[in-house]
Amino acid sequence: MNSEHILSIQGVTKRYAKHTAIENISIDIPKNKIFGLLGPNGAGKTSLIRIINQITAPDEGQILFNGSPLTLSHESKIGYLPEERGLYKKMKVGEQALYLARLKGLSKSKAMELLKFWFEKFEITTWWDKKIEELSKGMQQKVQFIVTVLHEPELLILDEPFSGFDPINAALIRNEILRLKENGTTIVLSTHNMSSVEEICDDIALIYKSKKILDGSVKQVKEDRKQNIYNVSYLGDKMKFSQALWIDAELIESEVDGKLQTAKVKLLNNKTPNDLLKALIPHVEIHALHEEVPSMNDVFIQRVNEINKEMEVIS
Amino acid sequence: MNKIWLIIEREYLTRVKKKSFLLITLLGPLVLALGGAAAIWLTMKEDVTHKVLVIDDKAPAFNNLQDTKNVKFNYANNMDLQQSKEMFYESDYTCILWIPDNIESGGITKLFYKKQPSANVIRGIEDQVEGVVEELKLEQYKIDKADFRAVKTNFTLNAIKYSETGDEEKLDKGKTYIGFAFGLLIYMFIFLYGVQVMRGVIEEKSNRIIEVIITSVRPFHLMLGKIIGVGLVSLTQFALWIILTLGVFSIAQATILDSFSAEKISAQSQVTPEIAKDLETQGKIDKTGLMDPNNIISRTNWTVMIALFMFYFLGGYFLYGALFAAVGSAVDNETDTQQFMMPITSPLVIAYIFSATSVVQNPEGPIAFWLSIFPLTSPIAMLVRVALGVGEGGIPIWEVALSIFLLILGSIVAVWFAAKIYRVGILMHGKKPSYKELWKWLKYSN
Repeated sequence: MNSEHILSIQGVTKRYAKHTAIENISIDIPKNKIFGLLGPNGAGKTSLIRIINQITAPDEGQILFNGSPLTLSHESKIGYLPEERGLYKKMKVGEQALYLARLKGLSKSKAMELLKFWFEKFEITTWWDKKIEELSKGMQQKVQFIVTVLHEPELLILDEPFSGFDPINAALIRNEILRLKENGTTIVLSTHNMSSVEEICDDIALIYKSKKILDGSVKQVKEDRKQNIYNVSYLGDKMKFSQALWIDAELIESEVDGKLQTAKVKLLNNKTPNDLLKALIPHVEIHALHEEVPSMNDVFIQRVNEINKEMEVIS
Repeated sequence: MNKIWLIIEREYLTRVKKKSFLLITLLGPLVLALGGAAAIWLTMKEDVTHKVLVIDDKAPAFNNLQDTKNVKFNYANNMDLQQSKEMFYESDYTCILWIPDNIESGGITKLFYKKQPSANVIRGIEDQVEGVVEELKLEQYKIDKADFRAVKTNFTLNAIKYSETGDEEKLDKGKTYIGFAFGLLIYMFIFLYGVQVMRGVIEEKSNRIIEVIITSVRPFHLMLGKIIGVGLVSLTQFALWIILTLGVFSIAQATILDSFSAEKISAQSQVTPEIAKDLETQGKIDKTGLMDPNNIISRTNWTVMIALFMFYFLGGYFLYGALFAAVGSAVDNETDTQQFMMPITSPLVIAYIFSATSVVQNPEGPIAFWLSIFPLTSPIAMLVRVALGVGEGGIPIWEVALSIFLLILGSIVAVWFAAKIYRVGILMHGKKPSYKELWKWLKYSN
């Protein structure tokens, strides 16, 4: 029980009749973090989530929950918001929420108490006796979110949590996710939208064509992908700027932003920004210099391209 | 297990609370009972009095027909048929009864009417004319009336089963009709509620709520909970129907039928007292015979019948309910179900058709035997047969035991089979699967 990982996925493989959905994936999800499970559609994210939720079982490998093998008794400790949301259309909101909460193992009175809290928090108490089909899509999503987190799971798996929400409600959900993390919940966000998770995820794993192709902390992953490229803002002559560069400093891009010029310079052969500054200062007036850190999107595309090349080489 | 109860509770309550359930539950017996009562009431209340003009070409032989409550005879011996027809629509006569002069040698008697008299009225007139013709013939052949009454025989054959141990029991077909009524109920309820199970599965699948639920419960429990929940709804509806039908019928009986005293009823029937007396003296009506429905009812073993009805209903419902659930899980919407419904409903329909014909006619024949053993058809066919009784004089105990055993086995296999399809099917969206794919699903390990 004292494992530092809430979930430890070890060499999990899942095959279907014609294809392999997941191939030998190992991921450790640290406690009390927001973990991004990234990858394009069809990469195998949903298959993996279904295995974690014990909807299906892996063909190979195992999963540890808090250090012990995942069993059905862990069901009540996991909350899951599937990508395809759905509720009973003809059932009343309150009745339905109560039913789903009790299925997760809450007692009727406890479920009522928590529902009251959440309905007040989301200001939807008046919906209690409405049928789901009378609510708008966004409203239904709110109900579904409440149902997902109501039983205070240790591990919350959210599949594309922001799709279907308008910006205001998306912000509401985002804040809720951050608050849950503060309260000790571990959250797994599954998405193909890299930028949406960049700010809130601590760690990520990238799934591509059934395999894990990258994982680590967001910071580290980006750090590892830095290419020693610097953005330099300066006042002065563009010609002089390029002439000042030497063989180990390659000008990639250059643009004018009002009076200020911006250039992207890639440093080779272990040259430092100090070397660059020394060379430039005599010729132009430097206003800013900062290292370019790749976005998750860049990292993703880069890594995918690498993998595709590797595969081409093999075949 | 706790969760199964929750599922059963939801499946049950959401259905029972529906307005349509209430409506069908209330209207069903009301329509049935009131319809039945109204039919009886209407036949009794046949107030139209028929004024019949008798044109007797053999006068005065037929000049003494007896008036009944709604048939009054008038005689016009000075008129021939043609004349009477000409004045028919100017008169207030409703019918013209024309007796040909060769009536006792096969001449055809005709009744002309303005508005068709009821079958009862026609039968009443027939009986009377028949009586007179008989008397004419008795005279013609010089037969004494008393002798004739003594000779006249009303014959029925009593078919009796003689068992090995020497017990005798009548194998009467009337009983099989009672059995068939039970079988028909099972047929209706399996269809009605099997389809409800299927709809429920499709609903969860197309709503996509299924994925949320199966993170809390096993698919097998969800399926079982649904089948049981819907089954309880059917039992509730069934019980309410019985209670309400009896209730409505007895109220209807008390208010409508009581207004007709027994006297009036006998006056209604077109039997003259004389003929009624004849009926009593000639061939005594066998009080335990086939013609008396009350006796069939009292001789049916209701305890066995109802116990077996409950068993076959539940067994059949579970078997078919599971199959319907499997169909529901394999498709995305109801229009796609037809391809898979066919093989499931065929045995049910076959069981129904054969039960209505061969099994009722020959409850101990080979068709009846095989249909009542095979689990997909036994819930309907066996009920027809067991109405004859179980054990001595009825269906051999081993046959019933085998049928029960196979139905239990069949239900378990069906639930197992359905669970395999269901588990995979509920997560599959998009293309409608082929039978080949379903076969593959069966073999998925988990």
